[in-house]
Amino acid sequence: MSTYIQNFLKFKPLLIELTGRDIKIKYRRSVLGVAWTLLRPLMMMTVLSVVFSNLFRFQVENFPLYILSGQVIFNFFNDASTTGMNAIIGAKALIKKVYVPKYLFVISRVFSSIINLFASFTALLLVMLALRADMHYISFLAFIPLVLCAVFSLGVGLFLSAVTVKFRDIMHLWAVFTTALMYLTPVIYPMSILPDWMYKIVNANPLTNYLVMFRDVMLYNMMFSGKRFLVGAVEAVVMLAIGMIVFYKEQDTFILNI
Amino acid sequence: MSQPIIEAKNISMCFNMTSEKIDSFKEYVIKTIKRQVSYDQFWALDDVSFEVYKGQSLGLIGLNGSGKSTMLKIIAGVLKPTKGTVTVRGNVAPLIELGAGFDMDLTARENVFLNGALLGHTREEMEAAFPDIIQFSELGNFMEVPIKNYSSGMVARLGFSVATIDQPDILIVDEALSVGDFRFQEKCQARIHKMLDNGTTVLFVSHSIAQVQSICQRIVWLDHGHVKRYGDAQEICEEYKQFK
Repeated sequence: MSTYIQNFLKFKPLLIELTGRDIKIKYRRSVLGVAWTLLRPLMMMTVLSVVFSNLFRFQVENFPLYILSGQVIFNFFNDASTTGMNAIIGAKALIKKVYVPKYLFVISRVFSSIINLFASFTALLLVMLALRADMHYISFLAFIPLVLCAVFSLGVGLFLSAVTVKFRDIMHLWAVFTTALMYLTPVIYPMSILPDWMYKIVNANPLTNYLVMFRDVMLYNMMFSGKRFLVGAVEAVVMLAIGMIVFYKEQDTFILNI
Repeated sequence: MSQPIIEAKNISMCFNMTSEKIDSFKEYVIKTIKRQVSYDQFWALDDVSFEVYKGQSLGLIGLNGSGKSTMLKIIAGVLKPTKGTVTVRGNVAPLIELGAGFDMDLTARENVFLNGALLGHTREEMEAAFPDIIQFSELGNFMEVPIKNYSSGMVARLGFSVATIDQPDILIVDEALSVGDFRFQEKCQARIHKMLDNGTTVLFVSHSIAQVQSICQRIVWLDHGHVKRYGDAQEICEEYKQFK
């Protein structure tokens, strides 16, 4: 175990460089550059809140914020899992020629998603200020659902990146799956409109857990339930373990299939 | 004598060459059910053993397809051998392909730091080594240019400069010197000699027998994955020339 940790520490500078590269490349040749990490979620949120507050009116107090908070969590998961999935295939040239612990590529993608998450979180705070929503001290606890969601996403990313090397179909399937998943997560609708059987499915979705916890502390000034926290934590750890095991078993075959 | 720094024991490497590449799950299921997944086995290396001691330089020679690059990749840790073990005692700077770790969209300066990190250097070490890299590669005017606009010679110069900034225990050079003009080749050879004098172990692959003779003390001559000859450089080089 200690050799693993030593190895990780040795490659820590690489992790930082890789994460920096992901961000740099994304905004290269754009005039506003890294400012887009903040501007993009802000603009997306404006569009969504205008559309949804005028089109669909669910009985939800402060509906724009309800959607925006949902978007923060869901988009993070979508971004982290999708870019993580493509991490190994994208690092083809390197993996073929230099020895590097391969999980670094997935972690660096998830890290750059986390940086985007900070940006969209800041955007959410700005919108809350603009709408004069109440801010509460308990909102500082928002990091708990975010960390759990990040761990969960890393597990999904590791798992997907390993199986995608062998079966490229997963890339296309995952795009469909995340679209479906968005409607199975209460991003744009309140849980109360769901019929009983639907409620059970949506509630079983791990993302729902993180999202409800996130909203509780950010919008409703209340502590999330211990049960949600426990279930969410277990799901995150189990997913990470699955991802790590599958990745570990498959990683030596990457070079043959990539 | 102390332990060898690289110890290759009975290395065999087998590639399963599927008649066609199976990329999709559907194909895989159908072909598995129909039992059509046929593998042609190809042994790129068969029972290769050798040892290298600290400060020695070993040349790998052989015709195309004789398994030289596969052997280097196994030593660099990129490939895992099917059978046998490699023990490497020290850090390896692989020059398997110059500029392998470069991202074409980043500028040369950003690539230097990225590639340095790939070789396990911290940012501070790279900053300290930066003037030396510029000086050796002679690319001072082009550091802010994206690598995609570089010529292959420029990429090679930058790659060599980054890979040789410090004193690695083991330096792996695979055909790296065949790009670049003769002046740069001489400069690289001089640097490799200097590293050898300072105790670096060099693994060298080249089709230029003159280069191999000038750098290597010992030779492994591979032929279709088998060790044909293993021993003193001068002797084997002469034989290899005759063989040609």
